[in-house]
Amino acid sequence: MKGAAKVTTKELMLGNQAFARGAYEAGCKVSAAYPGTPSTEISENIAKYDEIYSEWSPNEKVALEVAIGASISGVRALASMKHVGLNVAADPLFTASYTGVNGGLVIIVADDPGLYSSQNEQDTRAIARAAKVPVLEPSDSAEAKEFVKFAYELSEKYDTPVIIRSTTRLSHSQGLVELSDRIDIEDKPYNRDIAKYVMMPGNAKGRHLAVEKRELALIKDSCNFPINRVEYNDTKIGIITSGIPYQYVKEALPEVSVLKLGTVNPLPKGLIEEFASRVEKLYIVEELDPIIEEQVKSWGINAIGKEIFTVQGEYSANMLRKAIKGEDITYHAVEGIPNRPPILCPGCPHRSVYTILKKLKLHAAGDIGCYTLGAVAPLSVVDTTICMGASISTLHGIEKAKGKEYIKDWVAVIGDSTFLHTGVNSLINMVYNKSTGTVLILDNSTTGMTGHQDHAATGKTLKGEVTYAVDLEKLCRAIGVPNVYVVNAYDGKKLEQTIKEAVASDEIAVIIAQAPCVLLKKASITRKYYIDQEKCKKCGLCMKPGCPAKTKNENGDIVINETMCNGCSLCVDFCKFDAIKAIE
Amino acid sequence: MNTKNIMIVGVGGQGTLLTSRILGKLMIEAGYDVKLSEVHGMAQRGGSVVTFVRYGEKVYEPIVEEGQADVLIAFEKLEALRYIHFLKKGGAIVINDQQIDPMPVVIGAVEYPQNIMEDISKNHRVYKVNAVDEAKKLGNSKVFNIIVLGVAAQHMEFSKDQWLSVIERTVPAKTVEINKKAFELGYSLA
Repeated sequence: MKGAAKVTTKELMLGNQAFARGAYEAGCKVSAAYPGTPSTEISENIAKYDEIYSEWSPNEKVALEVAIGASISGVRALASMKHVGLNVAADPLFTASYTGVNGGLVIIVADDPGLYSSQNEQDTRAIARAAKVPVLEPSDSAEAKEFVKFAYELSEKYDTPVIIRSTTRLSHSQGLVELSDRIDIEDKPYNRDIAKYVMMPGNAKGRHLAVEKRELALIKDSCNFPINRVEYNDTKIGIITSGIPYQYVKEALPEVSVLKLGTVNPLPKGLIEEFASRVEKLYIVEELDPIIEEQVKSWGINAIGKEIFTVQGEYSANMLRKAIKGEDITYHAVEGIPNRPPILCPGCPHRSVYTILKKLKLHAAGDIGCYTLGAVAPLSVVDTTICMGASISTLHGIEKAKGKEYIKDWVAVIGDSTFLHTGVNSLINMVYNKSTGTVLILDNSTTGMTGHQDHAATGKTLKGEVTYAVDLEKLCRAIGVPNVYVVNAYDGKKLEQTIKEAVASDEIAVIIAQAPCVLLKKASITRKYYIDQEKCKKCGLCMKPGCPAKTKNENGDIVINETMCNGCSLCVDFCKFDAIKAIE
Repeated sequence: MNTKNIMIVGVGGQGTLLTSRILGKLMIEAGYDVKLSEVHGMAQRGGSVVTFVRYGEKVYEPIVEEGQADVLIAFEKLEALRYIHFLKKGGAIVINDQQIDPMPVVIGAVEYPQNIMEDISKNHRVYKVNAVDEAKKLGNSKVFNIIVLGVAAQHMEFSKDQWLSVIERTVPAKTVEINKKAFELGYSLA
């Protein structure tokens, strides 16, 4: 059967891979992003196309501004990010809506209904509405690719940035995609246009008019866009839907009429009114907020939406079968099954730092990354997590509220990538406004949680090229932090001593706890450990740091799972009986 | 043909993504429409992970729902129990006989359920394999997932040669031989 493979131009692609392919085929020339689940693979796949310049920027605001610059200069440009990243990039977004574009400008934003890997469940369409930027929403990988190409046409025709909204399910599902060649697009000439690109009040007034005109034109024209499609069947039930929920509708209710929206902002009002008039009962099926529903109802159209569908989490075909058809579908999960929450990996350098914070009974203002998992039992040492970079500024706020003695029970913890994202501004603020707190930078030489992306301090670009590396220690000193310590994250004794001194001091301190992520290739595991059962008293002290490689077997013996142990030796320090030994 | 539903469940880091990649390629080459849904990001950090694979003439929904799985492939016992209600009546479940304690068990807050295999066997066709031990015997404990896949392959309509051909073109060149051996072993155990 060898060679049974059919010759085909169809490939199975992740939604995110398809977005990247769409950018390639559309002739995109510049792409910038900051990693964030579920959007990360868009940029990682774009990096495989040498025809596109692509980079990791330090944060989403920078990434979008890079794309805006490229667009103004006359080429097709792309920025990609997760939903909360758009908050960071909101500032340039709202004004790029006014300036419009030269080369097409597309922003792919991935929402996370169901909160698989995020701190909130916000809806990108709400921000896009506020910014008056058009939004397209594909429903599978094939559309993901095609919609990017259409978005560039729209962007250039209507002189606007265009957002493509994805969700975790779309970004991380694979479906068949038919490949095409890259379109050869000539760069547009750049002509100085101060009234269009310099947004001071007088010019912005004029551009605001252009934005409102554009909205009206899109409301009308989008009724005829091929991506807004009516599928008439039985007209007793009509459903307006878009994105992944379209798939659930087709699966659960193949017999009903469907208005599948490809543009979800602004809405094709005439098309919706016509569809509504031709069906007896109208439902609106959209994940997260009732963005379509509230607008449709405001036009005086009767529809059923969030009265019966949730604003939380993901939808499914069964959910629709139950809600619309009243089908009785109930399957019971086995009760009382232990949860399996995500945890820090065996040998993770963060665990080493957290065991010391726990021992010293310190509170930690936390941040976004793997190290957020320090909030999970048995470590439970992280007090707060708000958004990227917030650890340092919340620590500062606590000190200004409660005083410098109070803050001696606290530290801020932030990863290296997050520190460069937005933490560094907060540190500048601490120094400027004379805080005395202690900041721990957990420097594992990578952006860990999103799957190991390089950043400005790793010395490698998105394309893997060698580049300059920000020296975190020098950066902190340059900001004016008087006490900067660099400590090996696995050196428990030194780390404990340093943290004690730093929190007790009346001066601001930064401790950079360094050790590469154990999942990185450069973190070579030289040894593994086992428990000598003759010496083990089964006291359980070694279980305290919560290493998943350790388990109790049927006899009550504590054993180390050899395939999982990454050799950090943290448990060796916890054992009072020298029972944990390296495998020779 | 009606759409067929496969589910792969396990613990983050067990290599479910490679398995689903092989399945996806196999199904496209057989001429089916395919959708696959995976877990990335935070949930992968030692958490409970699920991959859905659906194939047929035209596939809409990318996920498999409760009571719909024709084949459930469990890389870990507790995860088999967690998702058993996704198995269709009369569906087949392949369970790798491995116990990985979740954190609430490690810290002694709750106990790992006893007799999982027996409990599931009461109502379902269970195909059990101690794939980690079998893989160690082959000389590479990492290929346990391909052994499990070999067992599961007996419950799908593709030929052994089709499977081997896809495995050969999917795994890293250096590991082709060991992975093919692992598959054949699993296939013979079923």
